[in-house]
Amino acid sequence: MANPDFESNARWRDLDKLLLRPGNLVNENFEPGPQLRSDLQEYARVLVVGAGGLGCELLKDFALSGFRNLEVIDMDRIEVTNLNRQFLFRLQDVGRPKAEVAAQRVMERVSGVNIVPHFCRIEDKEVEFYNDFNIIALGLDSIEARSYINAVACSFLEYDSEDNPIQETMKPMVDGGTEGFKGHARVIMPGVTPCFECTIWLFPPQVKFPLCTLAETPRTAAHCIEYAHLIKWDEVNSGKAFDADDPEHMQWIYSEATKRAELFGIPGVTYSLTQGVVKNIIPAIASTNAIISAACALEALKLATGCSKTLSNYLTYNGLEGLHTKVTEFFKDKDCLVCGPGVLLELDTSITLQKFIELVEEHPKLLLAKASVTHRGKNLYMQAPPVLEEMTRSNLNLPLYDLMDKTPKDVIHITGMVSKNDKKTSCLRKLRVVFKGVDVVTEMDTAGGA
Amino acid sequence: MAETKTKYDRQIRIWGEQGQTALEKASICLLNCGPTGSEALKNLVLGGVGSITIIDGSKVEEGDLGNNFMVDESSIGQSKAKCVCAFLQELNDAVKAKFVEESPEALIEMNPSFFSQFTLVIATQLKEPSMLKLDKICRQADVMLVVARSYGLTGLVRISLKEHTVIESKPDHFLDDLRLNNPWPELKRFAESIDLSTTDPVVHKHIPYVIILVKMAEEWANAHNGSLPSTREEKREFKDLLKSKKIALDEDNYKEAIDASFKISASRGISSNLRKIIDDSSAEVDSASSDFWVMVAALKEFILNEGDGEAPLEGAIPDMTSSTEFYVNLQKIYQAKAEEDFLAVERRVRDILKRVGRDPASISKGNIKSFCRNARKLMVCRYRSIEDEFNSPTLSELQKYLTDEDYSIAVGFYILLRAVDRFATNYNRFPGLFDGAVDEDISRLKTIAVGILSDLGCNGSTLTDDLINEMHRFGGAELHTVAAVIGGIASQEVIKLITKQFIPMSGTFIFNAIDHKSQLLGL
Ligand SMILES: [Zn+2]
Repeated sequence: MANPDFESNARWRDLDKLLLRPGNLVNENFEPGPQLRSDLQEYARVLVVGAGGLGCELLKDFALSGFRNLEVIDMDRIEVTNLNRQFLFRLQDVGRPKAEVAAQRVMERVSGVNIVPHFCRIEDKEVEFYNDFNIIALGLDSIEARSYINAVACSFLEYDSEDNPIQETMKPMVDGGTEGFKGHARVIMPGVTPCFECTIWLFPPQVKFPLCTLAETPRTAAHCIEYAHLIKWDEVNSGKAFDADDPEHMQWIYSEATKRAELFGIPGVTYSLTQGVVKNIIPAIASTNAIISAACALEALKLATGCSKTLSNYLTYNGLEGLHTKVTEFFKDKDCLVCGPGVLLELDTSITLQKFIELVEEHPKLLLAKASVTHRGKNLYMQAPPVLEEMTRSNLNLPLYDLMDKTPKDVIHITGMVSKNDKKTSCLRKLRVVFKGVDVVTEMDTAGGA
Repeated sequence: MAETKTKYDRQIRIWGEQGQTALEKASICLLNCGPTGSEALKNLVLGGVGSITIIDGSKVEEGDLGNNFMVDESSIGQSKAKCVCAFLQELNDAVKAKFVEESPEALIEMNPSFFSQFTLVIATQLKEPSMLKLDKICRQADVMLVVARSYGLTGLVRISLKEHTVIESKPDHFLDDLRLNNPWPELKRFAESIDLSTTDPVVHKHIPYVIILVKMAEEWANAHNGSLPSTREEKREFKDLLKSKKIALDEDNYKEAIDASFKISASRGISSNLRKIIDDSSAEVDSASSDFWVMVAALKEFILNEGDGEAPLEGAIPDMTSSTEFYVNLQKIYQAKAEEDFLAVERRVRDILKRVGRDPASISKGNIKSFCRNARKLMVCRYRSIEDEFNSPTLSELQKYLTDEDYSIAVGFYILLRAVDRFATNYNRFPGLFDGAVDEDISRLKTIAVGILSDLGCNGSTLTDDLINEMHRFGGAELHTVAAVIGGIASQEVIKLITKQFIPMSGTFIFNAIDHKSQLLGL
């Protein structure tokens, strides 16, 4: 690998046209010049969440847009069905962690770029991990994961005393998503543009078949498959967990579904459909992923350098019937629990951490189960892993006020589980805690009293 | 091979085995393998296209390492076509990858017959004079052409070919073919066999909405001199009538009937789009007509005869609340009618083939069946030659774009993309390629752009200085992300053309990477 310090400018022949020259259709903070490119290379830190169809493209796009400090997080291993679009992976990579292979492949090809892979769940990282990046790029296919990262990024946002968001605490995100020939790319500037949660209605939950249809009046092949999957499996294999990645399990579902279809005279059950229904497979192709990822990476480059105007703020792409692109400016929900100033809780200075957690679990706007509590990056109580739980358990009986170093008013982060559409998901919430009877005094006084 | 099928599983779910086979049979030629071309091919190689041939005469320079993922440090000084070809081959060994180290311009000039061996040519970063020549060559040889260009924060994609016909257009939203207001005898008989006023609550809530609507439409028509609800008032009245038939609150079938009640007012007969197709002069077939047009001719006869003004029945019904028995029977009735219509069309296809002197068996049953199933959704796409468009664009459209705020940037880039090519012809380089002489380059570019506008008959129209400055700033740069968008769109259109599924874009797509308000210009 070439020493990046000696890398010649010739490599950035094309990018430099954009970064070194002044323009009129640019962001107001644009300061063109060689310093801009070297700042981008040196200081911009980007996290790519997901190393799948979008993630592979994003890593390549960032590496070829002048970014050098990249990290990527993904919990999945490579599968054969990834190979039609996740271009950094080969057949011999099947079974290896996506994040590691993707990082390695891009670093081999593009000298000077450094990519740190994280082969783990997004919830496994401490919240502070995410604060280390200037931009977070989301290449995900699940609503829950998007929602989680969005909440983490928004949790860093602080508001001033007049409830205006403080620029330095904004953690911008670019988010892409695809399904077949369709996709979207969006820019989220927490506190300014709507966050993922403000416009959650854009992602309606999947409609499930009513159980009585499956059990009594099946009509389609999918009904027969879901009957085998959701009802018959448990009846026959009591206690054995169904594993969609186990081919024997899938084969069983398929043959049960076939039997049921024959019984009712319903056509259309195939093995491929069985997999599609059970695993809820979303069709995916290389071109749409490439288009959407590139749009996201370009927006990230604009956020980092100001070299052009920003997408404001939601782009949809549809290549199914002709070619349609559309930009929609959505507005943020000022009462959003995630990107707003946070739920305000007025507390007595005597409340213990234990009581506080109970309060949070019962609060109608929160309803968080299994809550863990952090304050300014310090773990006050952690439900998991067991080592941390043990270490923080003794805090439960201490007053929250003391644990917060007698700060009269501050932001607290809670992670826990919420139930949404009968599904438990990880969730992070920002709370504004104010202690009753304590004047908000100057920092000096607090320091003196502590 | 099982592994291959698994590898392509996520895309076969979109375009089916047939689409995949079409891809695997296609041979694609790429002109210029900068990032735009490399990205376009990357997506096609991953998808398993049959063969690729890369034409590029340049050597890899250090600047290529900053925007193209298909070269690396060891490529410097070597043939770009060779290096890109090798890296693309790594992505999928099922694809036959070849390269020719020669400039596309020279090939177009010296060896036009070279292109006739391909299914489709993707021309990237080609300047206007060569592009116009290539378009002529491809049209003559019946080779499909997709033009793609990335330039700074703009770019374009344009399809050029004489005619593209689509049977499986697979639109997202399309009214299903239920014939609620015009039931054929079997459907009518089935509806009559079901009693809406049954007192068995389980049966009552499991009568499919199709039956409810067929019966209620008839009841309405009988009470209204044979006409169906048409005014807003009548439609509301009809919904109220449906509501009054409910015997319990939780009857989903009645809820579905109310939601779908607009379907009984669906107009009879064929759509204007289909009317245009059957009235097309290509539907007067001879021995040289394509299978598509032969089938259209048969369809036309069917509509005038057996169809009684309607296209063949599609045969599929949506899922709806129903008992299994009702639903399966209903499905069979629709399928039987679709089969009957298909057989009638097939007879006519065979007759026509005989009449024009072709083998009557030369169009397969499967193809005719698919044609019948999709008869309401047929698409015919025709594209003007690029030269025609450049010499005589649809002036009214152009003028509309120039004055419409939503289009002003896109149409500005359209003119400027042509202007930079003229600039390059005059001065042997793109404006702003080098630093310095900024004002001079900008004023030359502006003069050329204004000249193009007046050549097109838009005297007095001009482009904003901001946009002209921006085009100058780009200096011919090919940014990786812009190339990935343009190349991505080009490859997606290629897939639609080769699989003959979905609807390819019409007009010229102008990418606006400044605020993403891109547009399709129909000129
Ligand atoms: Zn929000």
